[in-house]
Amino acid sequence: MTRGRSKTDYNLIMPFEEISHTADWSLRVWAADLRQLFEESAKGMNAIAGTRLADSPRVRRNLSLSAADKESLLVSFLSELVYFAEQNRLAFDEFDLKIEAGPSQTYNLSAMLTGASIQNQDKAIKAVTYHNLHIRQTRRGFEVEIVFDV
Amino acid sequence: MIRLQDLNKISDYEWEIPKTLRGDMRGPVRIFSTRELLEQILGDKSLEQAVNASTLPGLVGAVVVMPDMHQGYGFPIGGVAATRFPQGVISPGAIGYDINCGVRLLASTIELEAALPHLDRLASLLNQHCPSGVGVKGVVHVNVPELERLLRDGSRWALKKGYASENDIARTEENGCLEEAEPSKLSTRAKTRGLEQIGSMGAGNHFVEVDLVESVLDGETASVFGLRQGCLAVQIHCGSRGLGHQVCTDYVQDFQAAVKRYGIELPDRELVCAPMDSPEGQDYLGAMRAAANFAFVNRQLLAFSARRAFEETFAGKLKNWELTQVYDICHNMGKIETHAVEGNRIKVCVHRKGATRAFGPGTPGLQPEFQQSGQPVLVPGSMGTTSWVLAGTETSMLRSWGSSCHGAGRTMSRSRAKHDFRGEDLRRELESRGIKIRAGSMAGLAEEAPSAYKDVDAVVETVVAAGIARKVARLRPLAVVKG
Repeated sequence: MTRGRSKTDYNLIMPFEEISHTADWSLRVWAADLRQLFEESAKGMNAIAGTRLADSPRVRRNLSLSAADKESLLVSFLSELVYFAEQNRLAFDEFDLKIEAGPSQTYNLSAMLTGASIQNQDKAIKAVTYHNLHIRQTRRGFEVEIVFDV
Repeated sequence: MIRLQDLNKISDYEWEIPKTLRGDMRGPVRIFSTRELLEQILGDKSLEQAVNASTLPGLVGAVVVMPDMHQGYGFPIGGVAATRFPQGVISPGAIGYDINCGVRLLASTIELEAALPHLDRLASLLNQHCPSGVGVKGVVHVNVPELERLLRDGSRWALKKGYASENDIARTEENGCLEEAEPSKLSTRAKTRGLEQIGSMGAGNHFVEVDLVESVLDGETASVFGLRQGCLAVQIHCGSRGLGHQVCTDYVQDFQAAVKRYGIELPDRELVCAPMDSPEGQDYLGAMRAAANFAFVNRQLLAFSARRAFEETFAGKLKNWELTQVYDICHNMGKIETHAVEGNRIKVCVHRKGATRAFGPGTPGLQPEFQQSGQPVLVPGSMGTTSWVLAGTETSMLRSWGSSCHGAGRTMSRSRAKHDFRGEDLRRELESRGIKIRAGSMAGLAEEAPSAYKDVDAVVETVVAAGIARKVARLRPLAVVKG
């Protein structure tokens, strides 16, 4: 998400697209690696929610998460952003992420998030679901479809 | 992909997907639908989701789906599944993120003619007093110990605080309080999200709507329910807000590990579950009941705010305009109930997601005034269209786990609705039909365009023809407040 840029602009240039779902929102995201996939998923979620940031002041938040698999880590990461948006009225447009495979097949994420207060948001996302959630390796890297409850 | 030829026709209003369709099914799927509505249902993945739901361990009988069904995530919207208590499972995803989303209906003796000159002001005051939209706060803020009392006591908390009447409580499913709620089973984050949201509507398809009781089709039952033809009524549709969303998020995460511990294999990770008699199942039951109690209070506070708007509108202009509660029903919930199965009465957990409890006459536990009539079943239509008040039947107890439909049901995606309709055009069109609209977001309004939904009359005709509900009254919208 870039300040002042419309959601439509995003869909033209970003590696994610909305896919049809009768009641909720579904997003297909692709990226060269896992770190970028997480970042683009966050940006895609902001875009479909129509989130716009205030110009200033800029804020930073640290985040540290662990999960049993890549999909659970993605749900946890996006759920953190849903919580920041609802509870603190904060959203982020810069993501300095590190994702590492930990012991016992766990995955760890550490992040420095940079963003600002939400100036406007068209729609609220209730939750990030596991519905048919599967991070696939493809020729172009990684791909995932995420269904959001709205 | 499930096709029409995979279904057995039972009657013009009932179809079945046999258990033999897929090796992992534990029971059949029973579909209440006409052929026409079925063709809409086959247009998305809702029947695949119903088949997936039939794999839940401990499933009893058939998964039942309503004519307003549509694709959800994991479990279809409009679905009902019963699992044997206590060894069977409870699945947070089969109840949904908006735990105890439901509808409340208030009735009045205010006649349309007397109200018409004041409708515009009433719509504005409802919009002012019933907080709605993204990120809004509720009308009551509490601290954590007070929130925990609220989560335990449900509507009784609201009664003690002066936000409810004894009649409100008596006319609420479960009297507005699920026993054995366990506030200690909610995360700090869930409680934090709830602290400032009590008495707020939220966004999406939630609304407060002023209706006209346009026609009464069963005078005796309408009288029991307190509905009068030609008078105003109010519908309130919302749920447990961020608190409920967080409870479901937390437990869907936790149960990812629980299914491995209990050796449960499922076709979709959103259906994760745990046996009800396991520590994980018990924890979720306690947390879900607390979130459900939060939702009862939330709708109670919105009813309180609606009454305030009516007071400010009609004080000094009309006499005796009291807003009395018809009923408050849940349509996203897991409830332990006793049902007759092959001649035996057994305890089951009925998961209803986008389906309304529709207990028939004589059902134990139903309020005394509804013992003859069956309970009120509230079926809001899409924005700007008819809504229905139905009553539960004996057949619903036998065929659909005491359940019926919950609304019109979406048929068009939100993205296509936003593409095809403009919120501003829609508002103008509804206003030209005399419906006052107050909406926080024009994009949100476009997503809720009536054409994005099925025909609620066709849905209601189907459940009535199938015998799982009967008509009592039809409502027509006069003013809609949305987030």
